[in-house]
Amino acid sequence: MTRGERRKFWTGLAFVSPWVVGFLVFGLYPIVMAAYYSFCNYNVLQDAQFVGLINYQEMLEDDVLWKALYNTLFYAIFSVPLGLIVALLFAVLLNRPIFGRSIFRMLFYVPSIVPLVAIAMIWLWVFNGDVGLLNYALSLIGIDGPNWLADPAWTKPTLILSAIWMVGGAMVLFLAGLQDVPRSLYESAELDGAGAAKQFWHITVPMVSPVIYFNLIMGIIYSIQELVRPYIMLPDGGPDRSGLFFAVYLYQTAFRDLRMGYASAMAMLMFFIILLLTWAVTKLIQSRIYYEGA
Amino acid sequence: MPRFGFQATRLILMIVICGVFITPLLWMVSTSLKPLDQTMQMPPRWLPYEWQATIDGQLVAVDLKDSEAVVKAGGPIKVEVAEGPSKGEPHTLDASQLQRKIAPQWGNYKEAVHEMREFPRYLRNSLILCTLTVIGTVLSCSIVAYGFSRVEWKGRNTLFLVVLATMMIPFPVTMVPLYGLFRELGFIGSLKPLWVPTFFGTAFNIFLLRQFFMTIPRDLSEAARIDGCSEFMIFIKIILPLAKPAVTVVALFQFLYAWNDFLGPLIYLTDQKDFTLALGLQFFQSQQGGTQWHYLMAASALVLLPVLLLFFFTQRTFIEGVSMSGLKA
Repeated sequence: MTRGERRKFWTGLAFVSPWVVGFLVFGLYPIVMAAYYSFCNYNVLQDAQFVGLINYQEMLEDDVLWKALYNTLFYAIFSVPLGLIVALLFAVLLNRPIFGRSIFRMLFYVPSIVPLVAIAMIWLWVFNGDVGLLNYALSLIGIDGPNWLADPAWTKPTLILSAIWMVGGAMVLFLAGLQDVPRSLYESAELDGAGAAKQFWHITVPMVSPVIYFNLIMGIIYSIQELVRPYIMLPDGGPDRSGLFFAVYLYQTAFRDLRMGYASAMAMLMFFIILLLTWAVTKLIQSRIYYEGA
Repeated sequence: MPRFGFQATRLILMIVICGVFITPLLWMVSTSLKPLDQTMQMPPRWLPYEWQATIDGQLVAVDLKDSEAVVKAGGPIKVEVAEGPSKGEPHTLDASQLQRKIAPQWGNYKEAVHEMREFPRYLRNSLILCTLTVIGTVLSCSIVAYGFSRVEWKGRNTLFLVVLATMMIPFPVTMVPLYGLFRELGFIGSLKPLWVPTFFGTAFNIFLLRQFFMTIPRDLSEAARIDGCSEFMIFIKIILPLAKPAVTVVALFQFLYAWNDFLGPLIYLTDQKDFTLALGLQFFQSQQGGTQWHYLMAASALVLLPVLLLFFFTQRTFIEGVSMSGLKA
């Protein structure tokens, strides 16, 4: 490095130093320690005791853990693609000028910024089996609605359905992506006689594929660690633990049972699953993402 | 013209979907203004009401004492006066003398605040937390983002990839060691674990500000450098004033994050007096066992309302900010 370069290096580093310290203390240290604690007996009150692979062996035999993992993956597999599709469709509907467009956009977006705790309360009430608004609405079209939160078969669908309400964030990103698609593409497609469906598949989807990828990855990361709604709407996992989510079980293990070593082993598993899914999705669709100018 | 038909269909579709989207919030408000018995009425009514009748030449609210079904059937009904000096006075009236009047129970909000016990404390804690984290985030993230965008140095882009990667670390993975760390520091049972880290920058906000700083022309900094300005002065005097819209977005995001956060307060706060509104709301719900829906919805509305107000006044800035956060990386 020349003298000028060296000076710039230290200046730059000085500016980012708050983050470097923060990353070491609140990012790197906890991850390393979580990995270490996963091999320990640890309850925060006493020092951690190294016990080897015992926590991991216990995980293999913990039926509750596998149930929680199954519930979470079930939720993710349905809610993530469903959320993506709904967000993209809304964005397409809103993309071209329409009367009251900014109001519509605002109304779609509102649910994704309000406190999740309050949202959970509202859903508890709307999905109430006896006097809930949803079952009343269903009864108007002749459907006898299930007891959503008390029936093991319906707890996960309840959480999936209520998740669709919060697609606003993804929708705004799609909308921004759609605004960048040149109108000329659609015009020439129209001249060639391509219908709306064809235009959607051959122009819209490829052009916003980077946004689809981004939303997909974020959706996976967040759905695997989903905690607030299941924790509040289904305390202790609901009937037959059918709505026990992985993050909720992890939280209970760590802070209710104070079994922090075991919870750390679960945390490692969660981290591994997120990395694996992110990697798999990237491998799977990477070649189909269209980057402009690339 | 098919074009016009298409437009009309699209508009109707949008209105229907938006109606469905906004219904849960309207239902919350509706429930929050009803007396308890009306919250569980089937079929439900959207508007809260009371029964009124003219007794001794005066129009007063009356209590039907669970004989509402008789009103439809007609015939004499035993009622009690529900307000005024003759409260509790029994009367027998004919169904035709009764009329239904819209009567929102604004008092539910006062009751909900009372039932939550520490509501003023919760509100105070939430506001303190929001203020501190907004200050911390704006200060730290703008400085850090400057280092990642306006100064050229070796290793900068590699380190920035690490910043982006930290966004993918799930909180449940780090929460156990973080709890241990904050316990060692004596932070547990105070708001400190929730605001101290924000003074060291948060990845998402650093990213957002960096994106914005990159769009400011280089020449501005170069000219100042030739005039002998230090990097820090350039940051303070030139870049920061230009970045006001982006800084506002970051402040808004952080405010919402702190206001809405549940898991952090759940883990770190031990004393009810230290709870934030989000945690206080859940505590209230778990305590009362979920039967007083009118109070629960009123309390939820009170937690929601500041967010809604903030959003309505800043929505343009807001949505631009969200759009900015997408990609282009």
